[in-house]
Amino acid sequence: MSARKTERLMNLLIMLLNSRSFVTKQTLRDTFPDYAAAPSDEAFEKMFERDKDDLRALGVPIEMGSHDAYFEDEPGYRVPRQAFELPPIALEADEAAVVGLAARVWQHAGLADSTEEALRKLAADGVDTDRSAQHLIAPQLNAAEPALETLMAAVSERRPVRFGYRKSPAAPVEERDLEPWRMVSYRARWYVVGHDRLRGAQRTFRVSRVADDVVFTGPPGSFVPPEDVDVESMTARLAADTALREAVVRVRVGRGVSLRRRATSVEPDGDGWERLVVPLGRVSALVAEVARLGDSAVVVEPQDARDALVARLREAAGVGR
Amino acid sequence: MTTSTDQIRRLLALVPYLQRKGEVSVAEAARRFGVDERVIERDVNVLMMCGLPGLLPGEIIDFDFEALEDDKVIRIRDAEFLARPLRLGSLEAVALVAALRALREGSGPREREVVDRTLAKVSDAVGSLAESVRVQTLVSPEVRELADRLGVAVRERRQVRLRHHSSVRDEVTERVVDPVAVTAAEGNLYLDAWCHRAGEQRLFRLDRVLEAEVLDTTAETQVGPQDLTHGAFRSEQVTAHATLRVGPGAAWVSEYYPVERTTPVQEGPYAGGLELVVPMGDADWLVGLLLGLGGEAEVLDPPELAARVRDAARRALAAYP
Repeated sequence: MSARKTERLMNLLIMLLNSRSFVTKQTLRDTFPDYAAAPSDEAFEKMFERDKDDLRALGVPIEMGSHDAYFEDEPGYRVPRQAFELPPIALEADEAAVVGLAARVWQHAGLADSTEEALRKLAADGVDTDRSAQHLIAPQLNAAEPALETLMAAVSERRPVRFGYRKSPAAPVEERDLEPWRMVSYRARWYVVGHDRLRGAQRTFRVSRVADDVVFTGPPGSFVPPEDVDVESMTARLAADTALREAVVRVRVGRGVSLRRRATSVEPDGDGWERLVVPLGRVSALVAEVARLGDSAVVVEPQDARDALVARLREAAGVGR
Repeated sequence: MTTSTDQIRRLLALVPYLQRKGEVSVAEAARRFGVDERVIERDVNVLMMCGLPGLLPGEIIDFDFEALEDDKVIRIRDAEFLARPLRLGSLEAVALVAALRALREGSGPREREVVDRTLAKVSDAVGSLAESVRVQTLVSPEVRELADRLGVAVRERRQVRLRHHSSVRDEVTERVVDPVAVTAAEGNLYLDAWCHRAGEQRLFRLDRVLEAEVLDTTAETQVGPQDLTHGAFRSEQVTAHATLRVGPGAAWVSEYYPVERTTPVQEGPYAGGLELVVPMGDADWLVGLLLGLGGEAEVLDPPELAARVRDAARRALAAYP
């Protein structure tokens, strides 16, 4: 890409940003040597269209219009300053240091770059993002999921998407059509919440289970996300493991730390063992937890949990397979 | 290799930046914008040809050539037509807000106040885009309180006596550590510390800390925080790998444990499941995992591991007549 083209694009932008009125094509053609030198009207049109596309791709808003509709003036172009400029963000020194630390959060090249770019714009506005708040915990936003950046872009631009999705790591791939509303990071796993077009309802998808490339199926601004997207009930559902019963488990002294931490009571049960009472939610969860302890834990009751544990151990022992 | 649009993106931030700072060395500008000094020099050459239509004196960016040539310092005038940077792009805004929200999640009550203030100002500037992303770590009040106390120990460089439940062994150990940092990674909070018992730097997940006493003794070790970019899992000694086959119901293992390789299983009793290669590390944790999975998993290799699992299961079954 030539310096000449860069100069032309910069000067085009500067002119459209600083002009009091809409700038007509004719004026542009007269002003810019590259446009004036175009061998034909068509050649000029193509060059100008590409220049506008390049600027728009950067996020520069180019408006078309004319001041005087009555006289059917030739339409022109301009960059409205208010839409172009970063609004003033007056950050205190400690707030700027927080923003500076944000640069180190994303462990993903593309999203780290986007954050860096945001910081450069803020720095260009006088925010001292060089000092980063040392005393804050520096968390990491991991983004191992390949689909994350595309989905983030889709959410930020309100573009609908299509992708293949597996309900669980070994399930078959199903195609989904989604208007993505929100990205949620919950316990370091990313989820996208949006309107599933086929099912006509809100759905949540785990980004790591997106099976292939996410494809945009519409332009930016294709939909308006609702103001109040209920993300909380989704995460509450993910966190819930409501315990309705209790189980009694005999555990060797010094073993079963995770069970002990959940136990509502721990009593000596003779001879190097203790008797624990633990909340029992899903039987399968308790079975997995107790089975792991091998011969250091025994489920006493309830009977269904005991039977399920025996069945699990028999499988592991190779009996009945 | 930067494209024309990358360069323009940089120029749009560089011009306001230079005006804000008054003067900047080429080296400093290169550092700030993450490019080579030669790139900045090329940028300057382009900017010399940029200005209002006509490019008349006073309307074209004016550089102090002596400062540039003698001291490699950039000083400009007559660039008021580009006084403010471009507003944040949608992905830039969302990436920045996500990073700030992650910072908020990882902060104690003292630090949270400044992060909240920062988030409010940035959210104002980016509008509804701020709602596009949520970050939730879901830290319990106990862990939060522990993180705060350990944060004090880090700042005051005081040793900590920890009682901790190992993630791979079913045991509680007590140790004295020199705390380095409290970090959030993968949805959990960790204490990054030099462990005197182990003689090396370790990570302790805070929800596995049973007790932490901040001591009066000074932490002597001078080490920096660990690099968590590849995750927080540490196997104590990865000497070998095991190959497992898991059914569809146990495919979640691939998402919760450090798995080296995953291959879908097409045929046989585990069809629809996965073949996994996992680091053996301390084989006890793997035996426990397999006991918990029961018939949902089998060991393909090494055979000694399969035998250990069968033995452990048989010993456990002895308690159930």
